[in-house]
Amino acid sequence: MSKNEMIQITYREAVREAIREALRRDERVFLLGEDVGRYGGCFAVSKGLLEEFGPERIIDTPLSESGFTGAGIGAALGGMRPIVEIMTVNFSLLAADQIINNAATFLHMSGGCFNVPLVIRMSTGGGKQLAAQHSHSLEGWYAHIPGIKVLTPATLEDARGMLWSALEDPDPVLIFEHQSLLNMEGQLPANAGAVDIDRAQIRRPGSDLSVITYGASLFKALEAAEILAGEGIEVEVIDLRTLRPLDDATFLTSIASTHRALIVDEGWRSGGISAEICARIMEGAFYELDAPVERICGAEVPMPYAKHLEEAAMPQVEAIVTTAKRMVRSNG
Amino acid sequence: MNAKSPSSLSGAQVDREHAHHLLHQMLRIRRFEEKSAELYTLMKIRGFLHLCIGEEAVAVGVCEALEPEDGVVATYREHGNALARGISAGAIMAEMYGKQEGCSRGRGGSMHIFDDKTRFYGGNAIVGCGLPLAVGLALADKMQGRKRVTCCFFGDGAVAEGEFHESMNLAALWHLPVFFVCENNLYAMGTALERAQSVTDLVRKAASYNIASSAVDGMDVLTVEAAAKEAVNIVRREQEPYFLECRTYRFRAHSMFDPELYRSKAEVEKWKKRGPIVTLVKRLKKQGLLSDVELEQLEQQVAREIEEAVAFAENGTWEPVEDLTRFVYSERG
Ligand SMILES: Cc1ncc(C[n+]2csc(CCOP(=O)(O)OP(=O)(O)O)c2C)c(N)n1
Ligand SMILES: [Mg+2]
Repeated sequence: MSKNEMIQITYREAVREAIREALRRDERVFLLGEDVGRYGGCFAVSKGLLEEFGPERIIDTPLSESGFTGAGIGAALGGMRPIVEIMTVNFSLLAADQIINNAATFLHMSGGCFNVPLVIRMSTGGGKQLAAQHSHSLEGWYAHIPGIKVLTPATLEDARGMLWSALEDPDPVLIFEHQSLLNMEGQLPANAGAVDIDRAQIRRPGSDLSVITYGASLFKALEAAEILAGEGIEVEVIDLRTLRPLDDATFLTSIASTHRALIVDEGWRSGGISAEICARIMEGAFYELDAPVERICGAEVPMPYAKHLEEAAMPQVEAIVTTAKRMVRSNG
Repeated sequence: MNAKSPSSLSGAQVDREHAHHLLHQMLRIRRFEEKSAELYTLMKIRGFLHLCIGEEAVAVGVCEALEPEDGVVATYREHGNALARGISAGAIMAEMYGKQEGCSRGRGGSMHIFDDKTRFYGGNAIVGCGLPLAVGLALADKMQGRKRVTCCFFGDGAVAEGEFHESMNLAALWHLPVFFVCENNLYAMGTALERAQSVTDLVRKAASYNIASSAVDGMDVLTVEAAAKEAVNIVRREQEPYFLECRTYRFRAHSMFDPELYRSKAEVEKWKKRGPIVTLVKRLKKQGLLSDVELEQLEQQVAREIEEAVAFAENGTWEPVEDLTRFVYSERG
């Protein structure tokens, strides 16, 4: 395979490839979750892995989020490198005890005796008309918790590359895969491998406004940037990639040259990660600003089912375009 | 194997030296706990303090059955388990003082005793949260082909939690070597078992998951030890879980903030007569296996150990505040 050879791949396949590679590279790695085996994963991410790696390494669990997440923590303590899959972030609330009270605390509470090298993957986000118990974006909320790391791969490269870095991390890492990205298709180098998991990345450079975002909203921001470019407004689009630890240096540096910041976050506004980013900008770049920081967030409602309402509840391209124009044209 | 009624070995002959060892272990725990209560009123120890006075036979009998390579997961009422497992009294006392010489560097306190050398995984203060961990530790052993046992202590209160049922099911379904030890002291804080459970026979709950299970008199250390050894053998040999209910009683309040409105003094007194230490002493004396002098020697040995533990804690040092945020994430060398 030549070094630069590109392959056509979906986000789902990229994650699957990452899991497959991890299972091949490290015999301590195994996948644990509801319907990851025979069913092929509720979003078909792990399809085919059972046949390839067998039931000892692709383990179907009963419906017991707390039980199997805790078992993942225990197995990590026992020297394994489990990948726990939780169907959606909403169901992870049944395992919140294990994630927050155990995985996040063990190293510190034990004074350094026991670290937990565990990876938990789950889907997140709206856009599929799955209503109020399957569509929320709680990754920002998990980012509140010291002791865990929170990754939000948006690109194919990150979907493919973040898992291995997460598995090599000695501490618990949560990976949030946005439901609406799973079918996203594109080109990826055939030999794509691990990527860093602690830096934000500028996905599109620009000089007029910094748009700070992550996950599926990244592509809305990029689409908006394209439209705005047609109107002479150059937007810098920053993909946070990791919500904890938050790489604020990247967006603060960006703001130092654009002097305007817009945060786009599917999560709720009140007390969300957007509020945290905003606060860091106040602390670190207040005198750089030519206009107030603005936010486009998920509307403060449980996610509605009807398509038009769901769309209205989520950040959309049009809102980004309008807000960006207003911000840039206001002469601070 | 299932649903045995509580058995007792109180008639059986015992080896003198071994009996002394068991008594010594229980006395260590008893005196350590008494000293802890005293230090609490002196404000040397703060936070929540849960004493296991009355329940020593469970910790000692069960830990006797474990091998050094086995793992232990315990609750916040774990000083006895930790001492019986071999963590030094000094390291535990220093932990409760909040000193960096403590087994968790003063970051855990009374409820979070940890030790990697003895594979002691807490000190877990969310009721029920240790059970899934034990399942996972056993899963890791199974996957790596090790014949270790993971011993998981929890109270009767934990049996009402979902994590108990999820863990029973997973351990049985996946054939995992977990030794579940329920320290049934009849109360979860102020809630008596019969006010919390529609079925108070806990053995039946484990049995319903197809887990071999039995109940023992948790006030008799020899009975607990024999049952635990049998259970651990089964777990190690068959690579299957086992559930042992130890019927015991806590003589002290739930924690240091508990006026004990939910039970009568008479009830407590009745149980104290069956205390694990008094009954063993009485029995050994009756069988001519323990003299007053020997008992006194044991007490003195224990007193010295506790004294040294307190001195170790007193002489311990405070971790510099600059280290506050260490151990949130691993330090890579
Ligand atoms: C999930 C959870 N709920 C409530 C509490 C508060 N709490 C601490 S100890 C306790 C009683 C537990 O009783 P049991 O399991 O029988 O253990 P014991 O204290 O009798 O040893 C309760 C309710 C807690 N720590 N965790
Ligand atoms: Mg109890």
